[in-house]
Amino acid sequence: MAPKIKIPATKYPVERFTLGNGLRVVLSPDRSAPVVGVAVVYDVGIRSEPEGRTGFAHLFEHLMFQGSENLEKLAHFRHVQGAGGSFNGSTHLDYTDYFEVLPSGGLERALFLEADRMRGPRLTEENLRNQVDVVKEEIRVNVLNRPYGGFPWLKLPPVMFGTFANAHDGYGSFEDLESATVEDARGFFDRYYACGNAVLSVAGDFDVAQATAMIERHFGDVQARPAPQLPDFDEPDLAGERRESYTDRIAPLPAVAAAWRVPDPIGNFEDYLPYVVLAEVLTDGDASRLVERLVQRDRTATTMGGYLGFMGDEYLVRNPTALLLQAHLPPGGDADKVLRTIDEELDRLAADGLKPGELDRTQARMATRALHGTDDVLGRAQPMAVLELQRGRPGLLNDLPKLISEVRPEQIAAAAATLRPERRASVEVIPGASS
Amino acid sequence: MTKPLPDLVPDAELNLPRESERTLPNGLTVIAIRRAAVPLVEVRLRIPFAAAQLGPATLLSQALFTGTSGMNSIDIAAELQAVGGSLAAGLDPDRLLISGNALADGLDRTLELLASVLTDATYPVEEVSTERDRLVDHIQVALSQPAHLARVALLKRMYGDHPYAVQTPGPEEIRDLTPEPLRELHAGRVRPAGAVLVLVGDIDPDQAIDTAEKVLGGWTGSAPGGSLPGTPALAPGPLLLVDRPGSVQSSLRMALPALTRTDPDYAALNLANLVFGGYFSSRWTENIREDKGYTYGSYSSIEHYVAGSALVAAAEVATEVTGPSLLETVYELGRIASLPPGEEELEQARRYALGTLRLGMSTQAGLAGLASVYAGFGLRLEHLREYSAALSAATREEVAAAAAKYLAPSRAVTVVLGDAERIESQLSALTVVERSAA
Repeated sequence: MAPKIKIPATKYPVERFTLGNGLRVVLSPDRSAPVVGVAVVYDVGIRSEPEGRTGFAHLFEHLMFQGSENLEKLAHFRHVQGAGGSFNGSTHLDYTDYFEVLPSGGLERALFLEADRMRGPRLTEENLRNQVDVVKEEIRVNVLNRPYGGFPWLKLPPVMFGTFANAHDGYGSFEDLESATVEDARGFFDRYYACGNAVLSVAGDFDVAQATAMIERHFGDVQARPAPQLPDFDEPDLAGERRESYTDRIAPLPAVAAAWRVPDPIGNFEDYLPYVVLAEVLTDGDASRLVERLVQRDRTATTMGGYLGFMGDEYLVRNPTALLLQAHLPPGGDADKVLRTIDEELDRLAADGLKPGELDRTQARMATRALHGTDDVLGRAQPMAVLELQRGRPGLLNDLPKLISEVRPEQIAAAAATLRPERRASVEVIPGASS
Repeated sequence: MTKPLPDLVPDAELNLPRESERTLPNGLTVIAIRRAAVPLVEVRLRIPFAAAQLGPATLLSQALFTGTSGMNSIDIAAELQAVGGSLAAGLDPDRLLISGNALADGLDRTLELLASVLTDATYPVEEVSTERDRLVDHIQVALSQPAHLARVALLKRMYGDHPYAVQTPGPEEIRDLTPEPLRELHAGRVRPAGAVLVLVGDIDPDQAIDTAEKVLGGWTGSAPGGSLPGTPALAPGPLLLVDRPGSVQSSLRMALPALTRTDPDYAALNLANLVFGGYFSSRWTENIREDKGYTYGSYSSIEHYVAGSALVAAAEVATEVTGPSLLETVYELGRIASLPPGEEELEQARRYALGTLRLGMSTQAGLAGLASVYAGFGLRLEHLREYSAALSAATREEVAAAAAKYLAPSRAVTVVLGDAERIESQLSALTVVERSAA
């Protein structure tokens, strides 16, 4: 066996400060390419939607692009792209982000655009109806008109969780989306889109003093509003196994996903991190435990994946969350058998521990993936903003390869030992389009 | 109250990274580029594969890493993983592409493992049969995806008898494959002559090329033939309606003629495409999404293959507004083909085109992908200088002329996949419709 490779790290500088109005700011300059990434995240997501308004956090994200104090509808898109840049936003369980990446000369423009909508979007009936239509098409593209739509991120939470906040469909029902009002949107903005509830981050090619002056200039006069109290969404772990199935009318083959609760990703990061590594030990590549066993040897699965967090955002999610495993099966595949084999492999890992080199190579590959993500300015701006928002620790992004490499074999075995069938929630896809 | 939009700081001159390049005695060209921002290296190996038999070539791409005389699939994966690496192969009608990345310190080992697969892949019976069954399942799933089905129908319509017409094999072409045709195909076509290896990352380019020469020098041979005739001209005809009963959306696809990257009018055509539908701030998206709410997204782009280029416009639209969506699409194509673009919308598209070039070169993976794709067309990154200049210089008249010639809706090949019972009459009101079974 070759000598163990050294796990490298990045040293992106991180500057943090807070404006007088409470807006937290993270700056991470790097002049290696003439581009900048700008991200604004708000501490509100799917879990904060009121009952009867499923999908509202995401719908509201769309409304943030529909014009603001000084900007007509369409202006945001045109100004970003007319600066040579790209934009998007995304809604997660615990946060909503908005971001741009542009040639560096567009930085001040991006800051202006973000500040303008932080002061207030133009919420009109016409724009609301238009974006309800757009969101319905988004749901049709991503969920209703394709096989395995929403599997498992929309299908597992209701099996695993009991509270509305954790269990409901984050894309939303058409009925709820259609009944949303401009008044709801105003209330949502007032409650959650306070600058005290947000973080701005900028990464890439800029001068810190100049960027700081621009940020003061554009965000300094955003009205100071405090963050609402952060709810605790915790609920008890499962008291026994939960198992559901549903028929997907488009899917030609069966699939199954399973999830187990894991420690608090923020309050107990030390105990959480081994689960992140465990998911990779189990499923990363042909040499991983479950791919080798289920896909290569038994051929009871055709693909096998594993990750932390229902949206795969392992370091950007709060408690409660889960480790997920998902498998697509061959024709006539037996989901029970797959789950039993997973149990068997988890038992083996818990009892016998890891093989020589198994953890090292998994950590090396995880380091590559973490580093790869940070080569892109948005791959720094976005996670740093969320890490500041949720942990006050944007520099964690630099530390991850090292922290991952310090996870010990006995921690992996101990984590595997907690993934018992009686703590498992699983959901099976029954193919409705068998040929 | 109104606050002014801040001005843009003009871009600095385009700064292209230095490409080191050497063609080895075995015919393999190696291009290495230093971008040291993160301690990784990106690997792209492009092997010409045109005219290879589709079934075996597709399975070969899935089974390439399943064994050598000294290692099984798990050994290969574990050894790569040990240096933070991963490699995978993919196929398109022009080439086999092996791509991946690793920790920069693992470059030598990654290339060694790549070399052993290139020179000594064994296609073991058991592993090949596993990959074969997985591929059949994968194709089965693809056949349930509307975007895939629409693409299959569109390619057939666009390319007729040309090999580009079919780019994914049917399950029946895979189901009975044995390792033997894969081994033969590997022996015949997985050869260094004409192949291009691109390495980008925290590397010393000359040293990296030396390493590649040392490690891959034993990979030898050249592949016979494998060139394709030029693509046929598009033959517009009736709209092809592909039935997908129960579909809650319709997949609208239109193909139009286009120019190759090196054509003098290419920059103008690309700008015309942006104004029409090539980015979010285009007329098409602003119309059918932001004004009418018919779709989540519409997008048009120029697709380049070695034997020819084409422009493809795609949108998934609500079933009940399939006809109106086609109407607006034809209207926007007709508008760009008939009237010159506005000054400001052209400048906006121009700045977008120039800006996205810089964004695309700002990461190791972006640079590696761009260098590899360009190399497949005999170009180097240096071409970006010329292309940027052409984007900057294209006039309104040139853009209008390119649009008139290439974006005219009368030249389009149109395919719609959806619930025929619910959309046929909507479409028939606008154009001649021909129905095909899915």
